[in-house]
Amino acid sequence: MKPFTTLTAIAAPLPLANVDTDKLIPSRFLKTIKRSGLGKNLLDPLRFDADGREIPDFVLNREPYRRAEILIAFENFGCGSSREHAPWALLDFGITCVIAPDFADIFYNNCFKNGILPIALPRVVCEQLMQDAAMGENARLTVDLQRQIVVRPNGEEISFDIDPFRKHLLLNGLDDIGQTMQRAPAIDAFEARERALLPWMPPITV
Amino acid sequence: MTDGTPRTLFDKIWDAHVVERMEDGTCLVYIDRHLVHEVTSPQAFEGLRQSGRRVRRPDATIAVVDHNVPTDADRAVRIREEDSRIQVETLEANVREFGVPYFPIADVRQGIVHIIGPEQGISLPGMTIVCGDSHTSTHGAVGALAFGIGTSEVEHVLATQTLLQRPAKNMLVRVEGALPFGTSAKDMMLAIIGHIGTAGGNGHVIEYAGEAVRALDMAGRMTICNMSIEAGARAGLIAPDDTTFNWIRGRPFAPSGEAFDRAVEYWRTLSSDPGALYDHTAVLQAADIAPMVTWGTSPEAVTTITGAVPNPDEVADEARRAQMRRMLDYMALAPGQKMEEIAIDAVFIGSCTNGRLEDIRAAAKVVAGRHVASGVRAMVVPGSGVVKQQAEAEGLDQLFKEAGFEWREAGCSMCLGMNPDKLRPGERCASTSNRNFEGRQGPGGRTHLLSPAMAAAAAVTGRLTDVRQFG
Ligand code: SF4
Repeated sequence: MKPFTTLTAIAAPLPLANVDTDKLIPSRFLKTIKRSGLGKNLLDPLRFDADGREIPDFVLNREPYRRAEILIAFENFGCGSSREHAPWALLDFGITCVIAPDFADIFYNNCFKNGILPIALPRVVCEQLMQDAAMGENARLTVDLQRQIVVRPNGEEISFDIDPFRKHLLLNGLDDIGQTMQRAPAIDAFEARERALLPWMPPITV
Repeated sequence: MTDGTPRTLFDKIWDAHVVERMEDGTCLVYIDRHLVHEVTSPQAFEGLRQSGRRVRRPDATIAVVDHNVPTDADRAVRIREEDSRIQVETLEANVREFGVPYFPIADVRQGIVHIIGPEQGISLPGMTIVCGDSHTSTHGAVGALAFGIGTSEVEHVLATQTLLQRPAKNMLVRVEGALPFGTSAKDMMLAIIGHIGTAGGNGHVIEYAGEAVRALDMAGRMTICNMSIEAGARAGLIAPDDTTFNWIRGRPFAPSGEAFDRAVEYWRTLSSDPGALYDHTAVLQAADIAPMVTWGTSPEAVTTITGAVPNPDEVADEARRAQMRRMLDYMALAPGQKMEEIAIDAVFIGSCTNGRLEDIRAAAKVVAGRHVASGVRAMVVPGSGVVKQQAEAEGLDQLFKEAGFEWREAGCSMCLGMNPDKLRPGERCASTSNRNFEGRQGPGGRTHLLSPAMAAAAAVTGRLTDVRQFG
């Protein structure tokens, strides 16, 4: 996983609430057995018409937003299905940071597992950032994870919250399976305890 | 771990599964049951392979195919669509390589992952259960802490049998009184979502309580917990009681004999302590609940069958107004239109929300002696091979077929557009599934969520219909 440290990039404004994962990547694109290649269908229903042609005024079909690395949206971003294909599609498109007033839980978790930083900021702030983003090329945002700030084009710094453990993993690009494997003795001990306490718990064999 | 402070059911199950608590509150949580399906697992197994890891507890893992599989009779012989076939074959290769128990297509136990877990007695009270699918919340109906995870987490559980999680917040939804005539668990849940909103449960585990919830059978409880995710919650929970224990007794993977009694003894401790604190509480009166149906592309866009499509102009919030307009546009509905006057093209009875035997019986009761309206394509898709078998033993397949329904093999089917059962662009469907998002049942398809009995009524009349008039 690529570490996330600081990012200065074009931000795409997507002024919609409840952007669900079916919209981020419709189920008919989930039939892959790989993680890559989904970017071309990111937000497919908004980006393409029924014949597969680009909808010219949709933000990600316009310059400079084809090169956006930050996405700004409204409430409840990533609701719906747990598909990790949603963050994979964002990542494959090149977006590594999403800013919204709040996020659906599973999507929020999934972002961190893929080196994407989801930032929750109040609605009014998102509206301001949305305006910044609308100015395109000349209005890049900077996200500094170490300092936990978003820097607006006018230099204003907006701080955000993130849980320290997730910050650590993201900053260092750490795979959390490896980390957990180091705790094997604690897991062994837990299993022994549970077996003693709940001996009726049956194994699955078919 | 407890200091005598009253705890919620969620707290109890959580505390009993914490392997290690980190400084910042993140916990390493032990997982008792891991359910695996073909869509969200290939990249996880691939990850294991790449890093030379094995599955830590195959005996706590069960795999099944459901999302992709066609529901026609010859599917065990041949899956025509190549991508689907590859996903199914990939899962089969993975379970062989990693020694994971598996119900293949031809096995009568095959079905939707959230139907088969409880049905087989794999999902039991007090357990932690995960699956790479958001509707894992369904299993909370047996009194287990069950939630959906992403593919990276699937890999994490396969490798370590644990997850890194922060504890959720507690929410209590209490439904008082008795459900009125003509309503079901589905109507109750749609009413709850309409009440608290699709983000109302964000960050929470919702415990459902109150007389109306206690009175539900296990199928109804599963319908409720299933759609917790549509209310934004991580999971739904219902404290196990005699209804639960009697239902579990004798299931293939449940403990039996003396072990069952010991288990019940423990399961009886699984309820929230009096005085336990919740971060949020919502109270509904069952008497206020009527047959519900959605009009928009979000499960909270719901009203009663006797209601009408709302008017965006009457909404103050601009963003909300714009969203409603978009929904009405997509759904091709006009403000003020009566729900009962909306004609439908298709009816889907099935899914992990309403694909159980009880659901099929409820639909059958309405259909008996009637026929599907002309021009309507209606299908019943049992949630598992076992459900199908039981329904057939009761002759329900004949009843539906004679009424003009298609009677199909178990799977997710038309709940999502991933297998051949899809809506065509512009088609309107009365569906017992859980999501009415744009394109969910196929690109351009329009979905109205409702109960099995309401879906059956719609099939018969060809429009959204108040099932109460069928007496
Ligand atoms: S029936 Fe629908 S909601 Fe349930 S697991 Fe299948 S696709 Fe998901």
